[in-house]
Amino acid sequence: MGPALKLVAQRLALGVLLLFLVSILIFVGTLILPGDVAQSILGQSATPEALANLREELGLNEPALTRYFDWLGGVLTGDLGTALTNGMDIAEALGTRLGNTLFLAFWAAVISVPLAIFLGLLAVRYRDRWPDKLISAVTLSTISIPEFLIGYVLMYFVGVKLGWAPTVSTIYDSMSLGEKLNAIALPVAVLTLVVLAHMMRMTRAAILNVMQSAYVETAELKGLTMFKIIWRHAFPNSIAPVVNVVMLNLAYLVVGVVVVEVVFTYPGMGQYLVDHVSKRDLPVVQACGLIFAAVYIGLNMLADIISILSNPRLRHPK
Amino acid sequence: MIKNIPFAAAVGLFFTTIYFFVAIFAQWIAPYGMAEVVGGVWEPASSKHWLGTDNIGRDLLTRMIYGGQTTIFIATAATILSFSTGSVLGFLAAVLGGWADQALSRFVDLVMSIPSLILALVILSVTPVTVPVLIVVMGFLDSTRVFRLARAVAVDINVMDYVEAAKLRGEGRSWIIFREILPNALSPLVAEMGLRFIFMVLFISTLSFLGLGVQPPMADWGGIVKENKDGIVYGIGAALWPAVAIATLAISVNLVADWILNRTTSLKGGRG
Repeated sequence: MGPALKLVAQRLALGVLLLFLVSILIFVGTLILPGDVAQSILGQSATPEALANLREELGLNEPALTRYFDWLGGVLTGDLGTALTNGMDIAEALGTRLGNTLFLAFWAAVISVPLAIFLGLLAVRYRDRWPDKLISAVTLSTISIPEFLIGYVLMYFVGVKLGWAPTVSTIYDSMSLGEKLNAIALPVAVLTLVVLAHMMRMTRAAILNVMQSAYVETAELKGLTMFKIIWRHAFPNSIAPVVNVVMLNLAYLVVGVVVVEVVFTYPGMGQYLVDHVSKRDLPVVQACGLIFAAVYIGLNMLADIISILSNPRLRHPK
Repeated sequence: MIKNIPFAAAVGLFFTTIYFFVAIFAQWIAPYGMAEVVGGVWEPASSKHWLGTDNIGRDLLTRMIYGGQTTIFIATAATILSFSTGSVLGFLAAVLGGWADQALSRFVDLVMSIPSLILALVILSVTPVTVPVLIVVMGFLDSTRVFRLARAVAVDINVMDYVEAAKLRGEGRSWIIFREILPNALSPLVAEMGLRFIFMVLFISTLSFLGLGVQPPMADWGGIVKENKDGIVYGIGAALWPAVAIATLAISVNLVADWILNRTTSLKGGRG
């Protein structure tokens, strides 16, 4: 386990370092940009008193380094500060919303991952024949439309014309699981379509890569059936790249959620972020930005670690 | 060369040309003024208004044409910006090597470790949302991807004999970059350009849809969705036209980019 463990430890350390640098970038990107932040938050017509008050509240009069470490210290102890617009505690507001967002992303993943792998296998099995071409054409067109438009297309045809699913996905704590699932049917469908395309194409490429190796040719020459070759020989060897693909797409899902939540007015973190960007509520934007970046970096790190661990050459050193 | 355009690429080229033509000459093609109220709210399609009218009674076809102009202009400008900065910095990193290369590459890794949309939202929360700012933000965020590609290509070219020869005869750094590396790295970069352009169209539409892109009364495809989205629940499909426009533009540009990529790779004996 020597070299693999060492690599994993290195990757973990890199992830932590990256997160630290990202927190600096988010902080620098918002507070030390050219121009007066207080002015751009309040607009041109702000009175000098209001500007001075806001500067005081944001701590703009203190040196940048002090401000950054104050903020970072707060974040590490779970104190994300208070929102400028309504004075509410950000951590509290984020708690339930983060839960809702993860709920949405979880169900999208549960549906899209098996489906993508199945379609990927199908496309490899019937490579260059009509099922492969059909799947390629459909996925290419879903990649070419932004998420929010897929959302409205589904809302229009499935939600309004057919009336199969609610067009607004408001959920409350008091709803039962079944009601919640019914409410999020459309957003889950949109997210599934969006990541399915990427995931299926990458799965197809990963398996095709394995299919061109010598042992698969041997299996073919032995006279095994195509599905048996894929299932017994190609698939076990493509687990590592496929898991990698899945992780990368889950990371992508976390971003896709932002837009889809706005479309379906789902009470999640993405909507919270977008609302407060237009209100120029800086502490909220920083907190949400950091959490989204952390989830994204975390999933990417997990993908790397899994591919290290699933590599037999690293697990059994000579 | 022109004779041998495959059917798919010809279709792609045809539609891409139409979109750019309409975008450039929007002022002359559009049947009505951009912000002119010409009818009732959400009138259905008729011979007077081919696509009907929008949420405050403006001609939807006119809005779509002007919207295309804004969207395509911003996407093009951001693509040019991202390519010029990304490729020059990428070449520079490859030629300089050493700590300059390390510093640039690690910084790009850092920026790319945050999803572009999230970083764009964070930046736009403190900057005024105007067209130049949008172009700069989008161009900067996307130049990281171009940087990686340009650097990877340039590292390969930098060790070629002809670059060595140029160095030995005492050419300066800018000669090496612009006269030796750039012409040889152009074809993979041009193919990538199509994909980046599509990404920009999707990006600006998403930002406008979220209300953080092009501001009203200017029209753009994402904004048209935002303006007309309330009609969806009443069964009015006005907000879906931008989907048609964006999807056809994206697919056409993709077809052209695929063709350019195949053509340039086959010229180089499949080495890419």
